[in-house]
Amino acid sequence: MKSSLRNMVLSLGCVSIAVAGLLAAVNSLTADRIALNASMAETEAVATVMPRFANNPMADTLTVDGCRIYPGRVDGRLTGAAVLVTTNEGFSGPLTIMVGFDAEGGLTDYSILESTETPGLGDKAAEWFRDPEGRHSVIGSRDELTVTKDGGNIDGITAATITSRAFLGAVNRARAAFLKFSKQDNTAS
Amino acid sequence: MKPLSIIVNGIIRQNPTFVLILGMCPTLGTTSSALTGMSMGLATLFVLICSNTVISALKSVVPDAVRIPVFIVVIATFVTVLQMVMQAWLPGLYAALGIFIPLIVVNCILLGRAESFASKNGVLASALDGVGIGLGFTAALTIIGSVRELLGAGAVFGLRVYPDSYAPLVFVLAPGAFIALGFIIAAFNRLTNKA
Repeated sequence: MKSSLRNMVLSLGCVSIAVAGLLAAVNSLTADRIALNASMAETEAVATVMPRFANNPMADTLTVDGCRIYPGRVDGRLTGAAVLVTTNEGFSGPLTIMVGFDAEGGLTDYSILESTETPGLGDKAAEWFRDPEGRHSVIGSRDELTVTKDGGNIDGITAATITSRAFLGAVNRARAAFLKFSKQDNTAS
Repeated sequence: MKPLSIIVNGIIRQNPTFVLILGMCPTLGTTSSALTGMSMGLATLFVLICSNTVISALKSVVPDAVRIPVFIVVIATFVTVLQMVMQAWLPGLYAALGIFIPLIVVNCILLGRAESFASKNGVLASALDGVGIGLGFTAALTIIGSVRELLGAGAVFGLRVYPDSYAPLVFVLAPGAFIALGFIIAAFNRLTNKA
């Protein structure tokens, strides 16, 4: 068809409106289900990263410095917590991690919930930081973590230093939030 | 063209991976196992059928100058629909394919078929072309994925064939993708060009 300003604007406009309607419909159909999947993944991550607990950590969550904390308790005493933290300093979009701590602030485990890091490079973070080989495991650590490239103590992922920095930064924030929370919790009880 | 010959054409004579050599990014990226390769192929098949059908139906009302933007909008829509549906009902698969799902938008097979087939042929023929090319892509990705998984991890579709301690890991990694793809293309062309 020959192009004129009128028919170009009309055809592109109509197609865009139709498409927007379709996407809105599909979104309203799937949004609840996607949210449900996300919350199920969250519950599962809390259970894997946490040290022992006897309560329901999902029930008494609270937010400290932008991190969501799921406290674990046995007989009312704090045994540790899972901390949900999101960082935007990753390579391509948000990086959301669930980090588990014991009562003293030692890191027990972590799980990556959302990541858009480069396949084959940055997405290695899911396993890299718990691998006991080399100097890149963060499990059991108690102090501030930085990559060796910045003079720190943890070897970053080869060819994915930005992801490594973002990951360790997020872990540090999670730890700071947890320590602040456990201090308050101690004085309160 | 007869319906069957359009489909066979997409699978064999114009196989997008082995003959047209299109869509190499998802081909190399998602074929580290047979299952992810096949899933990526099926995802592309779905988008290809939908986009070919709609683009063919729109061809007489879309002016030439805005043809490409309209194609892209249509393709991107179906990819987004697929993405939301997978996120809702197949979260495990969605996590495995990850970033490659939104990247279907820029897969040149889709725009290539829109431009070279759907914008010149009827709705039914275009839908069939989508089926043929999509199946050809799925078959190609499944074959490459199976070969790489067999050589690199000692299994096919997760079923163990031999212990993975004997398997050279390189076939699961990026260099193995290129090596496997090269040999498979050579073998395919040897088989189809015997006349």
